[in-house]
Amino acid sequence: MTTTMEGRPTRITGRIWVLTDPNGRLYDDIDTDMIFHNRYLHITDVDQMGQYALDNLQGWEDFAARAQPGDIIVAGRNFGAGSSRQQAVDCFRALGIAAIVAESFGAIYKRNAINSGLPIVTLPGLSAQADQFQSGDTLTVDFENGKVVLNGEQTFDALPFSQVQMDIYQAGNLFAYGKSLR
Amino acid sequence: MTAQTIIQKIFAAHTAPGASVQPGDIIWLDLDVRSARDFAGPNVVKNYRRHYGDTPVADRDKTVFTFDLVVPPSNIPYANNQQICRMFAREHGLKVYDVNAGIGSHVAIEEGLAYPGSTFVGTDSHLNILGAVGAFGQGMGDQDIAFAFKTGRTWFEVPPTMKVVVRGTLTPPCTARDLTLAVLAKLGARGALGRAIEFYGPAIEALDLAGRITLSSQVTEMGGIIGFIPPSEAVLAYARQRTGRPDLQAVYADPDAEYIETVEVDIDGLEPLVACPPNPANVHPVRELAGKRIDSVFLGSCTNGRFEDFEAVAQVVKGKKIAPHVMATVVPATRQVYEQMLRSGTLETLFDAGFIISNPGCGGCASGHLGMTGEKQVQLSTSNRNFPGKQGAGDTYLVSPVTAAWSALAGEIALPEVES
Repeated sequence: MTTTMEGRPTRITGRIWVLTDPNGRLYDDIDTDMIFHNRYLHITDVDQMGQYALDNLQGWEDFAARAQPGDIIVAGRNFGAGSSRQQAVDCFRALGIAAIVAESFGAIYKRNAINSGLPIVTLPGLSAQADQFQSGDTLTVDFENGKVVLNGEQTFDALPFSQVQMDIYQAGNLFAYGKSLR
Repeated sequence: MTAQTIIQKIFAAHTAPGASVQPGDIIWLDLDVRSARDFAGPNVVKNYRRHYGDTPVADRDKTVFTFDLVVPPSNIPYANNQQICRMFAREHGLKVYDVNAGIGSHVAIEEGLAYPGSTFVGTDSHLNILGAVGAFGQGMGDQDIAFAFKTGRTWFEVPPTMKVVVRGTLTPPCTARDLTLAVLAKLGARGALGRAIEFYGPAIEALDLAGRITLSSQVTEMGGIIGFIPPSEAVLAYARQRTGRPDLQAVYADPDAEYIETVEVDIDGLEPLVACPPNPANVHPVRELAGKRIDSVFLGSCTNGRFEDFEAVAQVVKGKKIAPHVMATVVPATRQVYEQMLRSGTLETLFDAGFIISNPGCGGCASGHLGMTGEKQVQLSTSNRNFPGKQGAGDTYLVSPVTAAWSALAGEIALPEVES
């Protein structure tokens, strides 16, 4: 595992969950109500959020019970579309999800994930090659150079972290990053 | 200096002088107003207290709460959350637009908190609605907003701008909502992903403020960061009056500014449109669904909750009754809209036609509050999202207020007619 001086790993390896629909196709446009439904929005304690992750996404209602810390989520285009709720990021942090790899992310979701220090990685062209990814496979993701390696064999080129993303990730979160600027 | 788009100009005026604002640049953006609502507001407070203790916010005159989602609260957790925000606001001397005020983004426009060229952030993902007055508005998560409360700024990656040019003329019975759905159909759920939009064309210039709000409000559903509608004389005059700044100037793009893409949408011959489940980009002609029995109608939301929207409904239903099996709810966007309806007689017309008229707020968009749908229920809604579960367990179809009005009378999806 590669780490920088600050300590948080910049290359991780984990078991993947490929978010496919009942027809086996990679889900696109998974919105924040599917990730963390608005009926739970009164919850403000991160520890309580994990149990509801993806419970409004058809076929993934029991995700929270199946996911293990260190797992990686693989999704299609525009992951996290919709509302600005931070809970849609924090529910995955609560479960110890190590990273989310998707073809693209909703704009607000992307910010929220970056600010929380949850690694998200954009992998252009992922949807077209989705059939090569199976839940349970092993994925290695390098945040610095964007290299994504499937089962130690196949390599894909994702976008490396941007500078601000890496800085916030290494600081821990937006608040720690903000303090480091002063 | 190179030519700039609207977002580049607004950003350049709200960051360090001379800083580059090219697409992809990450800048520190100064925020004229930072806000939080009853959803995520308590999380903002929690984050603030954890990281900043009881130290003051950067500027209490630029920091507000707007309660609009579950107003008044329908259960104790929501009531608790609003009270958490109120207590924080009292402690810090912050203004609260409380449960009687209405939808925060609309209140911001009415109160002159958002105006051409200004920057405004909050926890509402439809805050980019402020593009309707040529302001930069942006919804953010609770960590971002807690940071903004404390520092008065946020980091932001300058997005590229695309141009959407609407050709043709909007003619009744089509409304700004049908124009909006036509643009949404053209761009799809990801057509503006990670981009700003600038809207041009005669049909855009002709839109009144209510119509501009409708169009701007659905940019989120196109994946966009924000959609700017260059302020008309009327919009600028409104903003000058609301801000009390007669010298206020709007921000327009340079003629030779660079756009990542130009998309043209032709609305000549446009017919009324409907967005079917399961997402707002699933747009079809109303004609194709005509005759489908409906159970409920929700008129309101930040997309179509203006006085002009309800006035259009009133013209359709005046002297008539909605179908007895239809539960039809009217939710004004703000208290000012409510007052206009009350004083003009619109409210009475809608009441007589059989509508339920609620206090101002987000209404049906906050599942768990007003007018939720049950399983297998078919709802017509003028709101902006029909994702599964968004407005309850039923199926939600998004339409214009005029289509909703004709359908409420018929008890089924109905093509609006043009009355002579």
